[in-house]
Amino acid sequence: MVKCHEQLDRTFAALVDPTRRAILARLEREDGASVSELAKPCAIKLPAVMKHLDVLADAGLITRSKVGRVVTVRLSPEPMREAMDWLRRYQRFWSDSLDRLAAYAEGKEIEMQEKDR
Amino acid sequence: MTSLTLVRRIRARPSIVFDALTTPEGIARWWGPDDGPVLLAETDPRVGGCYRVRFRMLDGSEHESSGEYLEVVRPERLAMSWRWAGGEEDPGESLVEIELRAIAEGTELTFTHSRLHNEETRRSHEEGWNGALDKLERHFLASSNEGRHDQA
Repeated sequence: MVKCHEQLDRTFAALVDPTRRAILARLEREDGASVSELAKPCAIKLPAVMKHLDVLADAGLITRSKVGRVVTVRLSPEPMREAMDWLRRYQRFWSDSLDRLAAYAEGKEIEMQEKDR
Repeated sequence: MTSLTLVRRIRARPSIVFDALTTPEGIARWWGPDDGPVLLAETDPRVGGCYRVRFRMLDGSEHESSGEYLEVVRPERLAMSWRWAGGEEDPGESLVEIELRAIAEGTELTFTHSRLHNEETRRSHEEGWNGALDKLERHFLASSNEGRHDQA
């Protein structure tokens, strides 16, 4: 359980950075792109891209494999799926709660207006 | 993707909505994922004050969450930490933020629940999410469904 919790924190921490999100979005289009291909359209230098890839790999969001001198990068879906499960659980919880909150507040508003009359 | 955001337009003034969010009487009427009862609601809506809410779901299971009020600006803004007692549902702490904006018909409520509560998260909220990420999410959903299919 503790492990799972730490994994989730790592996933969300990795997703917070816009450059890392851009890298993941790029991989979604071109899974198996090489590191140098990934660095090309980025305004940042290769070492910075490598650092971002380290964070993504630590979070389990990507895997890297080396063939000769080329390092290719692939998405791995499991941590992302867990992160989205987390969000979906709370969506179910709060969506119904907020509907009832709205109905309750609207009833209070009507009471208040009738009192003022 | 690192946070959940829900928006509701409510035909009631912000002060009424704010009190529904922060008083035990209010919370007892709406808190929880189904129509099961709220068993206990304690609030102390000031910065550093705590809340605790226990509810029973229709399946008979009982759950309790608690936390600390981090920002209390009646009737505009509320931020609180969130933690499940026991932590079975979701160990660790997360952040709930609620903004209330007066609109012609009453109040627009923006609700956010996020996993991390630090400067990075805030920055990420401000930047928002782009369409590429929606596509990415679909991609991951598709591949995880495939995964389930393979296991079946």
